[in-house]
Amino acid sequence: MKTRFPWLPVLLWTLISFVTLFPIYWLFVISVKQPFDLFSTPDVILRSFFWKNYQDVLTNPTLRGYMLNSLIISSGNALLVTTLGFLACYALTRFDLAGKESIFFWTITNRMAPPAVFLLPLFLLLTQVYRIGDFSLADSKLGMILVYCSFNLPFAIWTLRPTVEGIPKELDEAAYMDGASPWTVLYDIIFPLARPGLAVTLILTWVFAWNEYLLAATLTNFHARTLTTGLSEYVTTTGTAWGIMAAISMLTLVPALIVFSVVQRHIVAGLTFGAVKG
Amino acid sequence: MHSQKLGWLLLSPTIVILGLFGIFPFIYVLWVSFHSWNPFAANPGMVFNWAENYRRLVFDPQFLASLGITLTFVFFAVVSELVLGYILAQALLKDFPGKAVFRTIHTLPLIMAPIIVGSVWKLMTTPSIGIIPYLLRSWFGYDLNIGQSAVAAFTVTVIMDIWHWTPLVTLSLIAALVSLPSDPFEQAQIDGAGKSQIFWHITLPLIRPALLATVFIRLMDALRTVDEVLMLTGGGPGSSTRYIGVHIFREVFPKTNYGYGSAISVIVLYLTIVVCWLLYVGLIAPRVKRG
Repeated sequence: MKTRFPWLPVLLWTLISFVTLFPIYWLFVISVKQPFDLFSTPDVILRSFFWKNYQDVLTNPTLRGYMLNSLIISSGNALLVTTLGFLACYALTRFDLAGKESIFFWTITNRMAPPAVFLLPLFLLLTQVYRIGDFSLADSKLGMILVYCSFNLPFAIWTLRPTVEGIPKELDEAAYMDGASPWTVLYDIIFPLARPGLAVTLILTWVFAWNEYLLAATLTNFHARTLTTGLSEYVTTTGTAWGIMAAISMLTLVPALIVFSVVQRHIVAGLTFGAVKG
Repeated sequence: MHSQKLGWLLLSPTIVILGLFGIFPFIYVLWVSFHSWNPFAANPGMVFNWAENYRRLVFDPQFLASLGITLTFVFFAVVSELVLGYILAQALLKDFPGKAVFRTIHTLPLIMAPIIVGSVWKLMTTPSIGIIPYLLRSWFGYDLNIGQSAVAAFTVTVIMDIWHWTPLVTLSLIAALVSLPSDPFEQAQIDGAGKSQIFWHITLPLIRPALLATVFIRLMDALRTVDEVLMLTGGGPGSSTRYIGVHIFREVFPKTNYGYGSAISVIVLYLTIVVCWLLYVGLIAPRVKRG
Protein backbone atom coordinates (compact mmCIF):
# COMPACT_ATOMS: atom_id res chain seq x y z
CA MET A 1 0.00 0.00 0.00
CA LYS A 2 1.60 3.28 -1.06
CA THR A 3 0.48 6.74 -0.10
CA ARG A 4 0.45 9.21 -2.96
CA PHE A 5 2.14 12.03 -1.07
CA PRO A 6 4.57 10.43 1.40
CA TRP A 7 5.97 13.85 2.34
CA LEU A 8 2.68 15.13 3.71
CA PRO A 9 2.37 12.64 6.61
CA VAL A 10 6.11 12.99 7.24
CA LEU A 11 5.76 16.77 7.50
CA LEU A 12 2.71 16.55 9.78
CA TRP A 13 4.31 13.94 12.01
CA THR A 14 7.46 16.03 12.28
CA LEU A 15 5.35 18.89 13.61
CA ILE A 16 3.49 16.62 16.02
CA SER A 17 6.81 15.17 17.17
CA PHE A 18 8.07 18.66 18.04
CA VAL A 19 5.12 19.19 20.36
CA THR A 20 5.47 15.71 21.84
CA LEU A 21 9.18 15.93 22.39
CA PHE A 22 9.40 19.46 23.75
CA PRO A 23 8.63 18.71 27.43
CA ILE A 24 11.08 15.80 27.34
CA TYR A 25 13.70 18.00 25.70
CA TRP A 26 13.07 20.62 28.37
CA LEU A 27 13.55 18.04 31.10
CA PHE A 28 16.91 17.23 29.53
CA VAL A 29 17.82 20.93 29.33
CA ILE A 30 17.14 21.33 33.04
CA SER A 31 19.11 18.21 33.89
CA VAL A 32 22.26 19.58 32.25
CA LYS A 33 22.01 23.18 33.45
CA GLN A 34 24.22 24.70 36.10
CA PRO A 35 22.13 25.22 39.25
CA PHE A 36 22.49 29.02 39.11
CA ASP A 37 21.43 29.10 35.42
CA LEU A 38 18.10 27.57 36.26
CA PHE A 39 16.56 30.83 37.35
CA SER A 40 17.94 33.05 34.60
CA THR A 41 16.01 33.94 31.46
CA PRO A 42 14.95 30.72 29.73
CA ASP A 43 16.61 29.91 26.44
CA VAL A 44 15.31 27.30 24.01
CA ILE A 45 18.76 26.43 22.69
CA LEU A 46 21.15 24.60 24.92
CA ARG A 47 24.55 26.32 25.13
CA SER A 48 26.54 24.31 27.64
CA PHE A 49 26.37 20.89 29.26
CA PHE A 50 26.78 20.24 32.94
CA TRP A 51 26.87 16.49 33.53
CA LYS A 52 27.41 16.52 37.29
CA ASN A 53 23.74 15.80 38.06
CA TYR A 54 23.95 12.52 36.15
CA GLN A 55 27.24 11.66 37.81
CA ASP A 56 25.69 12.28 41.23
CA VAL A 57 22.67 10.15 40.45
CA LEU A 58 24.51 7.25 38.82
CA THR A 59 27.13 6.97 41.56
CA ASN A 60 24.52 7.02 44.27
CA PRO A 61 24.11 3.40 45.53
CA THR A 62 20.76 4.14 47.16
CA LEU A 63 19.26 5.35 43.89
CA ARG A 64 20.69 2.35 42.05
CA GLY A 65 18.98 0.11 44.60
CA TYR A 66 15.71 1.96 44.03
CA MET A 67 16.08 1.43 40.30
CA LEU A 68 16.56 -2.31 40.75
CA ASN A 69 13.49 -2.44 43.03
CA SER A 70 11.47 -0.57 40.43
CA LEU A 71 12.59 -3.01 37.72
CA ILE A 72 11.70 -6.09 39.77
CA ILE A 73 8.35 -4.73 40.93
CA SER A 74 7.14 -3.45 37.57
CA SER A 75 8.29 -6.51 35.61
CA GLY A 76 6.81 -8.89 38.17
CA ASN A 77 3.57 -6.98 38.22
CA ALA A 78 3.26 -6.68 34.43
CA LEU A 79 3.89 -10.40 33.89
CA LEU A 80 1.51 -11.45 36.66
CA VAL A 81 -1.22 -9.06 35.58
CA THR A 82 -1.00 -9.92 31.87
CA THR A 83 -1.03 -13.66 32.59
CA LEU A 84 -3.97 -13.49 35.01
CA GLY A 85 -5.80 -11.04 32.75
CA PHE A 86 -5.35 -13.37 29.78
CA LEU A 87 -6.68 -16.36 31.73
CA ALA A 88 -9.59 -14.30 33.04
CA CYS A 89 -10.47 -13.05 29.55
CA TYR A 90 -10.44 -16.60 28.23
CA ALA A 91 -12.82 -17.60 31.01
CA LEU A 92 -15.04 -14.58 30.38
CA THR A 93 -15.32 -15.03 26.61
CA ARG A 94 -15.40 -18.83 26.19
CA PHE A 95 -17.27 -20.13 29.24
CA ASP A 96 -20.92 -19.71 30.08
CA LEU A 97 -20.42 -18.64 33.70
CA ALA A 98 -23.25 -17.33 35.86
CA GLY A 99 -22.90 -13.58 36.43
CA LYS A 100 -19.77 -13.25 34.31
CA GLU A 101 -20.78 -9.82 32.98
CA SER A 102 -21.14 -8.57 36.57
CA ILE A 103 -17.73 -9.98 37.48
CA PHE A 104 -16.24 -8.30 34.42
CA PHE A 105 -17.72 -4.98 35.47
CA TRP A 106 -16.74 -5.48 39.12
CA THR A 107 -13.06 -5.89 38.21
CA ILE A 108 -12.93 -2.37 36.75
CA THR A 109 -14.52 -0.78 39.84
CA ASN A 110 -11.24 -1.58 41.60
CA ARG A 111 -9.52 0.94 39.38
CA MET A 112 -12.06 3.68 40.11
CA ALA A 113 -11.11 4.21 43.76
CA PRO A 114 -9.57 7.63 44.53
CA PRO A 115 -6.06 6.64 45.62
CA ALA A 116 -5.39 9.11 48.46
CA VAL A 117 -7.80 7.63 50.94
CA PHE A 118 -6.91 3.99 50.23
CA LEU A 119 -3.33 4.52 51.33
CA LEU A 120 -3.99 4.03 55.04
CA PRO A 121 -6.16 0.89 54.74
CA LEU A 122 -3.57 -0.69 52.46
CA PHE A 123 -0.80 0.29 54.86
CA LEU A 124 -2.64 -1.29 57.81
CA LEU A 125 -3.45 -4.43 55.84
CA LEU A 126 0.14 -4.87 54.69
CA THR A 127 1.77 -4.20 58.05
CA GLN A 128 -0.71 -5.97 60.31
CA VAL A 129 -2.97 -8.38 58.48
CA TYR A 130 -1.23 -9.92 55.47
CA ARG A 131 1.53 -11.79 57.26
CA ILE A 132 2.43 -15.39 57.89
CA GLY A 133 4.68 -15.75 60.93
CA ASP A 134 7.71 -13.54 60.35
CA PHE A 135 6.95 -13.03 56.69
CA SER A 136 5.05 -9.83 56.03
CA LEU A 137 4.04 -8.18 52.78
CA ALA A 138 4.85 -4.74 54.20
CA ASP A 139 7.78 -3.00 52.50
CA SER A 140 8.41 -6.07 50.31
CA LYS A 141 8.68 -6.32 46.55
CA LEU A 142 6.09 -9.10 46.49
CA GLY A 143 3.73 -6.87 48.47
CA MET A 144 4.05 -4.05 45.94
CA ILE A 145 3.65 -6.48 43.02
CA LEU A 146 0.35 -7.61 44.55
CA VAL A 147 -0.82 -4.10 45.55
CA TYR A 148 -0.30 -2.84 41.98
CA CYS A 149 -2.69 -5.56 40.80
CA SER A 150 -5.52 -3.48 42.23
CA PHE A 151 -5.27 -0.97 39.39
CA ASN A 152 -3.35 -2.95 36.73
CA LEU A 153 -5.29 -6.22 36.70
CA PRO A 154 -8.62 -4.53 35.82
CA PHE A 155 -6.79 -2.57 33.13
CA ALA A 156 -5.34 -5.80 31.67
CA ILE A 157 -8.71 -7.54 31.69
CA TRP A 158 -10.48 -4.61 30.04
CA THR A 159 -7.90 -4.04 27.33
CA LEU A 160 -7.45 -7.75 26.58
CA ARG A 161 -11.09 -8.76 26.40
CA PRO A 162 -11.81 -7.29 22.92
CA THR A 163 -8.69 -9.05 21.62
CA VAL A 164 -9.61 -12.48 22.99
CA GLU A 165 -13.24 -11.98 21.98
CA GLY A 166 -12.13 -11.08 18.44
CA ILE A 167 -10.44 -14.46 17.94
CA PRO A 168 -13.02 -16.62 16.10
CA LYS A 169 -14.55 -19.26 18.38
CA GLU A 170 -14.57 -21.69 15.43
CA LEU A 171 -10.79 -21.97 15.76
CA ASP A 172 -10.78 -23.37 19.30
CA GLU A 173 -13.95 -25.37 18.73
CA ALA A 174 -12.23 -27.13 15.83
CA ALA A 175 -9.26 -27.89 18.08
CA TYR A 176 -11.56 -29.34 20.75
CA MET A 177 -13.10 -31.55 18.07
CA ASP A 178 -9.60 -32.86 17.40
CA GLY A 179 -9.33 -33.75 21.08
CA ALA A 180 -7.13 -30.89 22.30
CA SER A 181 -7.21 -30.01 26.00
CA PRO A 182 -8.24 -26.48 27.10
CA TRP A 183 -4.64 -25.73 28.08
CA THR A 184 -3.37 -26.71 24.63
CA VAL A 185 -6.01 -24.53 23.00
CA LEU A 186 -5.09 -21.63 25.28
CA TYR A 187 -1.37 -21.98 24.57
CA ASP A 188 -1.27 -23.05 20.92
CA ILE A 189 -4.25 -21.20 19.44
CA ILE A 190 -5.43 -18.26 21.55
CA PHE A 191 -2.03 -17.14 22.79
CA PRO A 192 -0.31 -16.66 19.39
CA LEU A 193 -3.34 -14.86 17.96
CA ALA A 194 -3.67 -12.61 21.01
CA ARG A 195 -0.01 -11.56 20.92
CA PRO A 196 -0.42 -7.97 19.67
CA GLY A 197 -3.03 -7.32 22.36
CA LEU A 198 -0.90 -9.03 25.00
CA ALA A 199 2.12 -6.97 23.99
CA VAL A 200 0.22 -3.69 24.32
CA THR A 201 -1.14 -4.79 27.71
CA LEU A 202 2.29 -5.88 28.90
CA ILE A 203 4.05 -2.60 28.11
CA LEU A 204 1.27 -0.43 29.45
CA THR A 205 0.91 -2.28 32.76
CA TRP A 206 4.72 -2.32 33.08
CA VAL A 207 4.82 1.42 32.56
CA PHE A 208 1.96 2.11 35.01
CA ALA A 209 3.72 0.07 37.71
CA TRP A 210 7.11 1.66 36.94
CA ASN A 211 5.59 5.16 37.19
CA GLU A 212 3.39 4.72 40.26
CA TYR A 213 4.16 7.21 42.98
CA LEU A 214 1.54 7.66 45.75
CA LEU A 215 1.27 4.02 46.87
CA ALA A 216 5.01 3.40 46.67
CA ALA A 217 5.73 6.55 48.67
CA THR A 218 3.40 5.45 51.45
CA LEU A 219 3.78 1.68 51.54
CA THR A 220 7.54 1.27 51.25
CA ASN A 221 10.45 2.59 53.21
CA PHE A 222 13.56 0.67 52.23
CA HIS A 223 13.37 -2.86 50.82
CA ALA A 224 10.87 -2.04 48.10
CA ARG A 225 11.41 1.70 47.63
CA THR A 226 11.11 2.68 43.98
CA LEU A 227 12.76 5.25 41.76
CA THR A 228 9.79 7.62 41.59
CA THR A 229 9.75 7.86 45.38
CA GLY A 230 13.49 8.58 45.24
CA LEU A 231 12.51 11.75 43.36
CA SER A 232 10.57 13.16 46.28
CA GLU A 233 13.66 12.90 48.48
CA TYR A 234 15.07 15.84 46.54
CA VAL A 235 12.15 18.09 47.41
CA THR A 236 13.29 19.43 50.77
CA THR A 237 12.37 22.31 53.02
CA THR A 238 15.42 24.22 51.79
CA GLY A 239 14.28 24.02 48.19
CA THR A 240 13.98 21.58 45.33
CA ALA A 241 17.06 20.17 43.62
CA TRP A 242 15.52 20.54 40.16
CA GLY A 243 18.67 19.51 38.31
CA ILE A 244 18.97 16.21 40.20
CA MET A 245 15.24 15.60 39.91
CA ALA A 246 15.41 16.16 36.16
CA ALA A 247 18.38 13.82 35.86
CA ILE A 248 16.54 11.07 37.77
CA SER A 249 13.46 11.70 35.61
CA MET A 250 15.51 11.33 32.43
CA LEU A 251 16.95 8.08 33.78
CA THR A 252 13.48 6.69 34.60
CA LEU A 253 12.68 7.12 30.90
CA VAL A 254 15.54 4.88 29.75
CA PRO A 255 14.32 1.44 30.94
CA ALA A 256 10.78 2.33 29.91
CA LEU A 257 12.08 3.18 26.45
CA ILE A 258 14.04 -0.10 26.24
CA VAL A 259 11.04 -2.19 27.33
CA PHE A 260 8.89 -0.31 24.88
CA SER A 261 11.18 -0.82 21.90
CA VAL A 262 11.63 -4.53 22.70
CA VAL A 263 7.91 -5.22 22.84
CA GLN A 264 7.09 -2.90 19.96
CA ARG A 265 8.35 -5.53 17.52
CA HIS A 266 5.40 -7.67 18.55
CA ILE A 267 2.96 -4.85 17.90
CA VAL A 268 4.50 -4.49 14.45
CA ALA A 269 4.10 -8.26 14.01
CA GLY A 270 0.48 -7.70 14.98
CA LEU A 271 0.21 -4.99 12.33
CA THR A 272 1.58 -7.29 9.60
CA PHE A 273 -0.73 -10.04 10.78
CA GLY A 274 -3.66 -7.68 10.30
CA ALA A 275 -2.45 -6.86 6.80
CA VAL A 276 -1.90 -10.50 5.82
CA LYS A 277 -5.36 -11.42 7.03
CA GLY A 278 -6.94 -8.86 4.71
CA MET B 1 -19.54 -26.04 26.34
CA HIS B 2 -16.77 -27.36 28.56
CA SER B 3 -16.83 -27.59 32.32
CA GLN B 4 -17.71 -24.46 34.24
CA LYS B 5 -15.29 -25.54 36.95
CA LEU B 6 -12.36 -24.76 34.68
CA GLY B 7 -13.80 -21.32 33.95
CA TRP B 8 -14.02 -20.48 37.63
CA LEU B 9 -10.54 -21.88 38.17
CA LEU B 10 -9.19 -19.48 35.55
CA LEU B 11 -11.00 -16.55 37.18
CA SER B 12 -10.18 -17.38 40.79
CA PRO B 13 -6.68 -15.80 41.10
CA THR B 14 -8.11 -12.52 39.77
CA ILE B 15 -11.02 -12.62 42.20
CA VAL B 16 -8.80 -13.46 45.19
CA ILE B 17 -6.19 -10.76 44.49
CA LEU B 18 -8.76 -8.05 43.76
CA GLY B 19 -10.65 -9.10 46.89
CA LEU B 20 -7.57 -8.79 49.09
CA PHE B 21 -6.30 -5.50 47.63
CA GLY B 22 -9.54 -3.92 46.44
CA ILE B 23 -12.58 -5.05 48.42
CA PHE B 24 -10.93 -5.30 51.87
CA PRO B 25 -9.49 -1.75 51.80
CA PHE B 26 -12.83 -0.51 50.49
CA ILE B 27 -14.76 -2.06 53.39
CA TYR B 28 -12.32 -0.39 55.76
CA VAL B 29 -12.81 3.00 54.06
CA LEU B 30 -16.58 2.53 54.22
CA TRP B 31 -16.33 1.84 57.96
CA VAL B 32 -14.10 4.87 58.59
CA SER B 33 -16.50 7.09 56.63
CA PHE B 34 -19.05 6.74 59.46
CA HIS B 35 -16.58 8.00 62.05
CA SER B 36 -14.87 11.21 62.93
CA TRP B 37 -11.20 10.36 63.00
CA ASN B 38 -7.88 12.16 63.03
CA PRO B 39 -5.25 9.40 63.32
CA PHE B 40 -2.44 11.91 63.90
CA ALA B 41 -4.06 13.88 66.74
CA ALA B 42 -3.05 13.64 70.40
CA ASN B 43 -6.14 11.51 71.03
CA PRO B 44 -6.49 9.38 67.89
CA GLY B 45 -9.72 7.61 68.75
CA MET B 46 -12.40 6.90 66.15
CA VAL B 47 -15.74 8.36 67.11
CA PHE B 48 -18.82 6.94 65.46
CA ASN B 49 -20.89 9.88 64.21
CA TRP B 50 -23.65 8.23 62.19
CA ALA B 51 -23.90 9.81 58.76
CA GLU B 52 -22.57 13.21 59.84
CA ASN B 53 -19.76 13.07 57.24
CA TYR B 54 -22.26 12.41 54.47
CA ARG B 55 -24.64 15.14 55.70
CA ARG B 56 -21.76 17.62 55.71
CA LEU B 57 -20.73 16.60 52.22
CA VAL B 58 -24.08 17.46 50.65
CA PHE B 59 -23.84 21.03 51.96
CA ASP B 60 -20.11 21.53 51.39
CA PRO B 61 -19.74 24.19 48.65
CA GLN B 62 -16.06 23.34 48.21
CA PHE B 63 -16.85 19.69 47.49
CA LEU B 64 -19.63 20.59 45.05
CA ALA B 65 -17.43 23.13 43.27
CA SER B 66 -14.66 20.55 43.06
CA LEU B 67 -17.05 18.01 41.56
CA GLY B 68 -18.16 20.57 38.96
CA ILE B 69 -14.67 21.53 37.77
CA THR B 70 -13.61 17.87 37.78
CA LEU B 71 -16.41 17.04 35.35
CA THR B 72 -15.49 20.01 33.13
CA PHE B 73 -11.85 18.94 33.15
CA VAL B 74 -12.72 15.32 32.35
CA PHE B 75 -15.07 16.35 29.54
CA PHE B 76 -12.57 18.59 27.71
CA ALA B 77 -9.62 16.25 28.24
CA VAL B 78 -11.27 12.93 27.34
CA VAL B 79 -13.19 14.22 24.29
CA SER B 80 -10.04 15.82 22.83
CA GLU B 81 -8.01 12.68 23.52
CA LEU B 82 -10.55 10.47 21.75
CA VAL B 83 -10.81 12.62 18.63
CA LEU B 84 -7.05 13.22 18.41
CA GLY B 85 -6.23 9.62 19.31
CA TYR B 86 -8.49 8.25 16.58
CA ILE B 87 -7.11 10.58 13.90
CA LEU B 88 -3.53 9.74 14.88
CA ALA B 89 -4.24 5.98 15.00
CA GLN B 90 -5.67 6.11 11.47
CA ALA B 91 -2.71 8.19 10.32
CA LEU B 92 -0.27 5.65 11.78
CA LEU B 93 -1.92 2.76 9.95
CA LYS B 94 -0.94 4.18 6.57
CA ASP B 95 2.49 3.50 5.16
CA PHE B 96 4.95 6.38 5.01
CA PRO B 97 8.71 6.83 5.49
CA GLY B 98 9.79 6.86 9.13
CA LYS B 99 6.48 5.57 10.46
CA ALA B 100 8.06 3.39 13.18
CA VAL B 101 10.14 6.30 14.47
CA PHE B 102 7.15 8.63 14.61
CA ARG B 103 5.09 6.03 16.40
CA THR B 104 7.79 5.58 19.03
CA ILE B 105 8.03 9.35 19.50
CA HIS B 106 4.26 9.63 19.81
CA THR B 107 4.26 7.00 22.58
CA LEU B 108 6.96 8.70 24.66
CA PRO B 109 4.70 10.86 26.90
CA LEU B 110 2.92 7.69 27.99
CA ILE B 111 6.05 6.22 29.52
CA MET B 112 6.59 9.25 31.76
CA ALA B 113 5.52 9.08 35.39
CA PRO B 114 2.63 11.44 36.26
CA ILE B 115 4.74 12.95 39.03
CA ILE B 116 7.47 13.77 36.48
CA VAL B 117 4.99 15.10 33.92
CA GLY B 118 3.64 17.42 36.63
CA SER B 119 7.15 18.63 37.49
CA VAL B 120 8.14 19.29 33.88
CA TRP B 121 4.98 21.20 33.07
CA LYS B 122 5.44 23.20 36.25
CA LEU B 123 8.99 24.08 35.22
CA MET B 124 7.81 25.02 31.73
CA THR B 125 4.89 27.18 32.84
CA THR B 126 6.01 28.89 36.06
CA PRO B 127 5.80 32.63 35.21
CA SER B 128 9.28 33.73 36.33
CA ILE B 129 11.40 30.87 34.94
CA GLY B 130 9.19 28.95 32.51
CA ILE B 131 9.90 28.78 28.80
CA ILE B 132 6.24 28.91 27.72
CA PRO B 133 5.30 32.20 29.45
CA TYR B 134 8.60 33.62 28.20
CA LEU B 135 7.90 32.69 24.57
CA LEU B 136 4.27 33.77 24.71
CA ARG B 137 5.34 37.14 26.10
CA SER B 138 8.06 37.77 23.53
CA TRP B 139 6.07 36.48 20.52
CA PHE B 140 2.48 37.51 21.23
CA GLY B 141 2.71 39.85 24.20
CA TYR B 142 0.46 37.46 26.12
CA ASP B 143 1.11 37.10 29.82
CA LEU B 144 0.52 33.50 30.88
CA ASN B 145 0.31 33.26 34.63
CA ILE B 146 -0.99 29.96 35.95
CA GLY B 147 -0.42 31.18 39.49
CA GLN B 148 -3.03 33.91 39.12
CA SER B 149 -5.41 33.17 36.27
CA ALA B 150 -7.93 30.40 36.98
CA VAL B 151 -8.67 29.93 33.28
CA ALA B 152 -4.97 29.68 32.41
CA ALA B 153 -4.35 27.11 35.16
CA PHE B 154 -7.35 25.05 34.08
CA THR B 155 -6.31 25.17 30.41
CA VAL B 156 -2.75 24.12 31.19
CA THR B 157 -3.93 21.10 33.23
CA VAL B 158 -6.19 20.05 30.32
CA ILE B 159 -3.37 20.44 27.78
CA MET B 160 -1.01 18.51 30.04
CA ASP B 161 -3.54 15.68 30.30
CA ILE B 162 -4.05 15.62 26.53
CA TRP B 163 -0.29 15.60 25.96
CA HIS B 164 0.20 12.77 28.44
CA TRP B 165 -2.71 10.48 27.58
CA THR B 166 -3.59 10.82 23.86
CA PRO B 167 -0.91 8.19 23.05
CA LEU B 168 -2.79 5.65 25.19
CA VAL B 169 -5.92 6.16 23.09
CA THR B 170 -3.88 5.97 19.88
CA LEU B 171 -2.18 2.72 20.91
CA SER B 172 -5.32 0.90 21.92
CA LEU B 173 -7.16 2.08 18.80
CA ILE B 174 -4.29 0.90 16.59
CA ALA B 175 -4.56 -2.52 18.24
CA ALA B 176 -8.31 -2.47 17.58
CA LEU B 177 -8.08 -1.20 13.99
CA VAL B 178 -5.51 -3.77 12.84
CA SER B 179 -7.62 -6.67 14.04
CA LEU B 180 -10.63 -5.59 11.93
CA PRO B 181 -11.77 -7.92 9.16
CA SER B 182 -11.41 -6.37 5.70
CA ASP B 183 -14.50 -7.94 4.04
CA PRO B 184 -17.08 -5.37 5.26
CA PHE B 185 -14.86 -2.51 4.03
CA GLU B 186 -14.39 -4.05 0.59
CA GLN B 187 -18.10 -4.74 0.35
CA ALA B 188 -18.92 -1.15 1.31
CA GLN B 189 -16.51 0.19 -1.29
CA ILE B 190 -18.05 -2.00 -3.95
CA ASP B 191 -21.46 -0.65 -2.91
CA GLY B 192 -20.07 2.88 -3.33
CA ALA B 193 -20.24 4.04 0.29
CA GLY B 194 -18.57 7.36 1.15
CA LYS B 195 -15.82 7.84 3.70
CA SER B 196 -18.11 9.18 6.42
CA GLN B 197 -20.67 6.42 5.78
CA ILE B 198 -17.94 3.80 6.14
CA PHE B 199 -16.80 5.45 9.38
CA TRP B 200 -20.26 5.66 10.99
CA HIS B 201 -21.70 2.36 9.78
CA ILE B 202 -18.71 0.03 9.65
CA THR B 203 -15.58 1.24 11.45
CA LEU B 204 -17.31 2.67 14.51
CA PRO B 205 -19.55 -0.34 15.28
CA LEU B 206 -16.65 -2.74 14.74
CA ILE B 207 -14.20 -0.95 17.04
CA ARG B 208 -16.89 -0.12 19.60
CA PRO B 209 -15.82 -2.66 22.27
CA ALA B 210 -12.20 -1.47 22.20
CA LEU B 211 -13.26 2.17 21.94
CA LEU B 212 -15.55 1.86 24.96
CA ALA B 213 -12.91 0.07 27.02
CA THR B 214 -10.58 2.98 26.20
CA VAL B 215 -13.20 5.60 27.07
CA PHE B 216 -13.84 3.86 30.40
CA ILE B 217 -10.18 3.69 31.35
CA ARG B 218 -9.55 7.32 30.40
CA LEU B 219 -12.75 8.51 32.09
CA MET B 220 -12.04 6.86 35.42
CA ASP B 221 -8.35 7.74 35.41
CA ALA B 222 -9.09 11.39 34.61
CA LEU B 223 -11.65 11.44 37.43
CA ARG B 224 -9.05 10.35 39.97
CA THR B 225 -6.07 12.36 38.70
CA VAL B 226 -3.86 13.46 41.61
CA ASP B 227 -0.07 13.52 41.20
CA GLU B 228 0.11 15.51 37.98
CA VAL B 229 -2.19 18.34 39.00
CA LEU B 230 -0.96 18.43 42.60
CA MET B 231 2.58 18.89 41.30
CA LEU B 232 1.64 21.45 38.62
CA THR B 233 -0.78 23.79 40.37
CA GLY B 234 -1.35 22.30 43.83
CA GLY B 235 -5.08 22.78 43.14
CA GLY B 236 -4.85 26.54 42.72
CA PRO B 237 -5.09 29.40 42.10
CA GLY B 238 -7.92 29.53 44.62
CA SER B 239 -9.63 26.23 43.99
CA SER B 240 -9.72 26.46 40.19
CA THR B 241 -7.86 23.17 39.63
CA ARG B 242 -8.81 21.47 42.89
CA TYR B 243 -10.06 18.35 41.11
CA ILE B 244 -11.70 15.71 43.24
CA GLY B 245 -8.55 13.58 43.64
CA VAL B 246 -6.62 16.66 44.75
CA HIS B 247 -9.50 17.72 47.02
CA ILE B 248 -9.48 14.34 48.81
CA PHE B 249 -5.69 14.46 49.12
CA ARG B 250 -5.87 17.93 50.70
CA GLU B 251 -8.68 16.87 53.02
CA VAL B 252 -6.84 13.74 54.18
CA PHE B 253 -3.22 14.88 54.43
CA PRO B 254 -2.79 18.50 55.52
CA LYS B 255 -6.09 18.52 57.41
CA THR B 256 -5.89 14.85 58.52
CA ASN B 257 -9.66 14.71 58.30
CA TYR B 258 -9.79 11.00 57.68
CA GLY B 259 -13.47 10.30 58.27
CA TYR B 260 -14.59 13.11 55.99
CA GLY B 261 -12.03 12.20 53.32
CA SER B 262 -13.29 8.62 53.38
CA ALA B 263 -16.89 9.75 52.97
CA ILE B 264 -15.91 11.83 49.90
CA SER B 265 -14.05 8.84 48.46
CA VAL B 266 -17.01 6.53 48.99
CA ILE B 267 -19.38 8.98 47.30
CA VAL B 268 -16.99 9.68 44.41
CA LEU B 269 -16.40 5.97 43.91
CA TYR B 270 -20.14 5.37 44.02
CA LEU B 271 -20.85 8.13 41.48
CA THR B 272 -18.09 6.87 39.18
CA ILE B 273 -19.44 3.33 39.35
CA VAL B 274 -23.00 4.49 38.64
CA VAL B 275 -21.99 6.63 35.65
CA CYS B 276 -19.78 3.90 34.20
CA TRP B 277 -22.39 1.23 34.85
CA LEU B 278 -25.07 3.25 33.03
CA LEU B 279 -22.69 3.70 30.10
CA TYR B 280 -21.88 0.01 30.22
CA VAL B 281 -25.49 -1.17 30.33
CA GLY B 282 -26.53 1.36 27.71
CA LEU B 283 -23.72 0.78 25.24
CA ILE B 284 -22.09 -2.60 25.76
CA ALA B 285 -24.78 -4.86 27.16
CA PRO B 286 -27.06 -4.57 24.06
CA ARG B 287 -24.18 -5.84 21.96
CA VAL B 288 -23.62 -8.77 24.32
CA LYS B 289 -27.30 -9.76 24.12
CA ARG B 290 -27.32 -9.56 20.33
CA GLY B 291 -24.13 -11.57 20.05
